[in-house]
Amino acid sequence: MSILVNRATRVICQGFTGSQGTLHSEQALAYGTQLVGGVTPGKGGSYHLGLPVFDSVRAAAEETNANATVIYVPAAYCKDSILEAIDAGIELIVCITEGIPTLDMLEVKARIGISGARLIGPNCPGVITPGECKIGIMPGDIHLPGKVGVVSRSGTLTYEAVKQTTDKGYGQTTCVGIGGDPIPGTHFVDVLGLFQQDDATEAIVMVGEIGGTAEEEAAEFIKMEVRKPVVAYIAGVTAPPGKRMGHAGAIIAGGKGTAHEKFTALEAAGVRTVKSLADIGEALAEVTGWE
Amino acid sequence: MNLHEYQAKRLFADYGLPVSVGYVADTPDEAVAAAERIGGTVWVCKVQVHAGGRGNAGGVQLVDSTDEVRSFAERWLGTRLVTVQTDADGQPVNQIYIEACTGIERELYLGAVIDRSSSCIVVMASKDGGVEIEKVAEETPEKIFRVAIDPFVGAQSFQGRDLAFQLGMEGNQISQFTNLFNNLMNLFNKLDCSLVEINPLVITDVGDVQCLDAKINVDGNALYRQEGLRSMRDISQEDAREVQADAFGLNYVALDGNIGCMVNGAGLAMGTMDLVKLYGGNPANFLDVGGAASQEAVAEAFKIILSDTNVRAVLINIFGGIVSCATIAEGIIVAIEEIGVDVPVVVRFEGNSADRGSERLASSGLNLIAASSLVDAAEKAVSAAGGSA
Repeated sequence: MSILVNRATRVICQGFTGSQGTLHSEQALAYGTQLVGGVTPGKGGSYHLGLPVFDSVRAAAEETNANATVIYVPAAYCKDSILEAIDAGIELIVCITEGIPTLDMLEVKARIGISGARLIGPNCPGVITPGECKIGIMPGDIHLPGKVGVVSRSGTLTYEAVKQTTDKGYGQTTCVGIGGDPIPGTHFVDVLGLFQQDDATEAIVMVGEIGGTAEEEAAEFIKMEVRKPVVAYIAGVTAPPGKRMGHAGAIIAGGKGTAHEKFTALEAAGVRTVKSLADIGEALAEVTGWE
Repeated sequence: MNLHEYQAKRLFADYGLPVSVGYVADTPDEAVAAAERIGGTVWVCKVQVHAGGRGNAGGVQLVDSTDEVRSFAERWLGTRLVTVQTDADGQPVNQIYIEACTGIERELYLGAVIDRSSSCIVVMASKDGGVEIEKVAEETPEKIFRVAIDPFVGAQSFQGRDLAFQLGMEGNQISQFTNLFNNLMNLFNKLDCSLVEINPLVITDVGDVQCLDAKINVDGNALYRQEGLRSMRDISQEDAREVQADAFGLNYVALDGNIGCMVNGAGLAMGTMDLVKLYGGNPANFLDVGGAASQEAVAEAFKIILSDTNVRAVLINIFGGIVSCATIAEGIIVAIEEIGVDVPVVVRFEGNSADRGSERLASSGLNLIAASSLVDAAEKAVSAAGGSA
């Protein structure tokens, strides 16, 4: 079992023929993802990487029966691309692109909320169920099919956490990068809920960072709903207030959203927190009793 | 991106928000001319810097002669203003703003921000304006009135009226404020703002509603479609190294430690800084070289890190995802040979081709310290920089 994606997931790529779309589609195909086509307006009817290209998401969905899409189009066009995917009835929309204007995301988020579609990202590495389906830019070979659910706001930081669970031999059910933007399509609580319901997920690793209150909300949710061991790491203890640390969401504003506040909230919810990102695998061994 | 008060007030005026007459001045002569053009006998002089807390730092002054306008300008132009919100060096003062003086009956607060939890714009107002609003929000949250703006239909007049009544307004003030509220939201949306703050919003001594201060933060991601705002950027108010990094697609933030950090990915860059601190060191910077981490980017990152004279060691932490560590190793070697690096450099590679990358560095003949793990990297960097702080 897993969450969000598996070997039956049929994926199309928006921005398929661009450099990012091409590079990562090649990697997804090599990993075994069921990539069934792509969308580049104006190039419909042609083939790319051996797969059909369509002018619209609707045409692609009708022809290929796709139920997921991954978006690599430039930030200025992402709102349009996401809304097009929603309109075409795609269930899972994964947006990798960073730098989308926040006001665009407010409109997208409101539309997602009433549509029944799920948006992962933007500004994220994507989602992977090891051995079955890789949607995004994460390196496939650090993953291992297994029993830990991983959810994170960051890219390379997620890879560190994943690698530690692989090195320990635990492996992952699914890894979800929810992205570093202030308005993400999917929050920690959404993914935590899915992991709680997934029988194959025996423990959860959550990687947060400074800014906003998503980790505090996650702590509240874990206290009420999650009955599986959770290990959490929060990046940004040393970050000064008022400075944006790369991710648009990673900024301590008005004294709120500090790493300290997040650690405290998570610990109060019974989560095992680690202050060093090198300790994630070890902490997992401790809370689960796994060898 | 931040704007100066004088820029924000011009935009306020363009969008029909009530502001006082005022002019910006680069020289004492211009300041005096501005005061004469405004007329009257009392003016407010304000230094223009990207920082709050100007009043308490002496950067805002009420004056009642053009001689005083001149001496305020002479005192501040070309100097730096240090406030509670700046670092010890302060912000350069290149311009001052001269404004007509407004008689004040009471001071209120009005602000609009993007609220992450509810994923919409929230407008906040309070009767306790002119003071630190964060303090009011923390200690007496019931004194902050809020309305949430529906992303589908936008701001509605009834929401403005609601706030006006809660703020204790009466008569003409209700419609004045409702107009102001609608215009504010129009400005927020049209200009891709992430924050607009009016502190204080005042009721004047003749009973009108007026914006005495104006603060606008613009969403940097939206600048591609905000041509008019792009030209308002004042890089003299930003850290020179951050500006340089930005030009090369690097994300750099200066800190006050002595271990330079070069990392791929924002989250991992923060995590690396935290590790350095955990092992007794102090990071000199946050630096994300990006996912691709090209040779040019690595070379530029070195230059920026080393331009900070406090740096005693550099820690490079790369998790090769799609990009190979071997490629990054080439970039590091070329960069070090090109610019000459005279501090110890600790390198930790993980992921894609980490072994090949490490071998390449080892065979380069350069004085690089290889680290076998995250912890090893942090310990070696701290020790190379001269031990625990």
